[in-house]
This record gives sequence, C-alpha cells and structure tokens, in this order.
Amino acid sequence: MDVTFFTAWIQEIIRVLSINRDLLTRLDAAIGDADHGTNLDRGFTSVRQALSDTPPDTPGQLLTLVGNTLIRRVGGASGPLYGSLFRQLGKSLGDAPEVSLDDLAAAFATGLESVTRLGKAAEGDKTMVDALAPAARTLSSAAREGLKPGEAFGRAAAAAAEGAKATIPLQARKGRASYLGPRSVGHEDPGAASAALILSALHP
Amino acid sequence: MVGVVLVSHSAALAGEAARLALGIAGAGARVAAAGGTEDGALGTSVDLVERAIAEVDQGAGVILIPDLGSSVLTARLLEEPGQVVLADVPFVEGAVAAAVTAATGAPLERVLASAEEARGYRKGVGGSRHVSDP
Repeated sequence: MDVTFFTAWIQEIIRVLSINRDLLTRLDAAIGDADHGTNLDRGFTSVRQALSDTPPDTPGQLLTLVGNTLIRRVGGASGPLYGSLFRQLGKSLGDAPEVSLDDLAAAFATGLESVTRLGKAAEGDKTMVDALAPAARTLSSAAREGLKPGEAFGRAAAAAAEGAKATIPLQARKGRASYLGPRSVGHEDPGAASAALILSALHP
Repeated sequence: MVGVVLVSHSAALAGEAARLALGIAGAGARVAAAGGTEDGALGTSVDLVERAIAEVDQGAGVILIPDLGSSVLTARLLEEPGQVVLADVPFVEGAVAAAVTAATGAPLERVLASAEEARGYRKGVGGSRHVSDP
C-alpha cells in the first residue's frame, strides 16, 4: 500500500464524513454540543486543501499532514484525538514508500495508544475508543492470519461499526456526554460513530 | 518570569479570567488568554494557544491552565516537559494563584505547585484562606 492508496482512503473519509455530517451532528445533539459533524467536516475539508497544496510523497508524510491539519482545524475535542491518531500512524509508518498490512496493523495499535493516552479513555467509556480498539485488534489478528488487505479492512470496519453500536446502552464516562450521567444511555456515541465511518472508508 | 496561559472554550471567559488574574497579581505578571476558535466560536484553537504561549514566554517556562474538553486535550498536546507545563487546577483559582506566584519571580515548579494548591481552597465552613492573600 503506497501513498496513492492512503490518499484514496483520506479522500473517501472526506466523502463519507461529508455525507454523514448531519447524522453525526444529530447524534452529538442528543448527548453533546451538536458540533461533531460540522467540526469534522471543517477539519477534513482543510485536509483536502492541505493535500492539494503540498502533495505528500509517502504514506507516513501523508498521514502526518492529515494529523497536523486535524489538530489545527477541527476546533473540538475530536481534533486533538483524531489528529494524534493520524500523526501517530504517520510516525509509525516512517518514510517507507510502501507498507504492508502488518505495518498498518502495528501502526494502528500505536495510534490507538496515543488516543487513549491523550484522552485517558478506556473501552466502555462511550467514546471513539469503543470503535477504534476493536478495529485495531481485528486488523492485528487479520494480519497475523495472513488475510488479504481487503478482507482485513472489511472485518476491521465491521468491528468498528459493532463497537459504535455497542455504545448505545453505555453511560458516558468521558467527554461532554459524561456530564449527563444516566441520561447519556440510549444514544450512540458520535465519536464512536465517526470512528466507524473512518474505518469503513478503508478499501483495498 | 514564568508565563501563564489560560485556555478556555470561550474567548470571553479566558479574557476575563486573565484580566482578573492580572488585576490581583499586578500588571507585571505575564498572563495571556487563548479562548475559543479563531472565528470567535466556542472551541479551542491550537494557533491561538501557541500565539499566547509565545506572547508570555520569557524563557522561564509557561503554565497552561485549560478549562474543559478540547482545551485540556489541546494543552496536553502542546506540553513540552520542563518548559510548557499543564496545570491540572480549577480554572479561576488556579489562574490567580499561578499569576500571583509567577509575579514574585518564582521558578516554574513553584508556580505549578502554587496553582495546584488552589485545588484545596475551601469556600465553605472551615476554609478561610483567600486566593489573593497567599
């Protein structure tokens, strides 16, 4: 997987998040401050601009640029969190022109660590970690089993979507929704939902 | 002198908290506000926080005091060990304590410790210590 592959992933994320902007904002209106969809759309629109201004040469460069742009342009808590994820993916992949599924799975594991370190959330806290963690685990086991990237991505996306849906009965323990206590129960976490969308954009 | 940067979701909140801290600590203190997004909405801007850090940084270190959510995450991202340090303290009380101590020329660790003491100020019965009377 080279820079073209990762560019396609990012373009697909931009498309999917833009289509689902209002859905994410609706989820956030229920238990947050109703800006998740617009924040992410703004951040990834800036990503599109940054990529066309300075087209990166390697997957690592590209993902680092995506991370740095999100940190600066999203404006909500998801900016530093997704920014750290992508920046760490970029750092892990280094300057290799081509990366394997093994490399990507290992990078995802460290990316997840940087998200949990920054946000101090664990699985079950009703955050994006509830989608990212099962996806990272699934990618790692798919890489170990020697699956083709297409199949691995499909499984990771399914694991993320399942993780996002599983946040519905949970009570939020981190983020804006945690102020609501038991009233956060019964709603899908918007961060977990956007994380599942980002994973669903990963195609071979 | 150690600098103090107040990072809030709201530009007005950060600005007024900085004014309060300066009012109590004296105009010589180095306190800057970084609130809201660049277009004035609620949120956090890395660029505004970086600018505020540069504004108060005199080489003795900078204390970041965030309020909530993305302010905290952004402040954590911008930490540089020994130089730019996050204070996990109540926003207003911590800001005043940090500014007052910084204005005395105290080093970074002392300013940080003083801000952290603000967590213990009691406002009910049994707490009489006033934040402007360190």
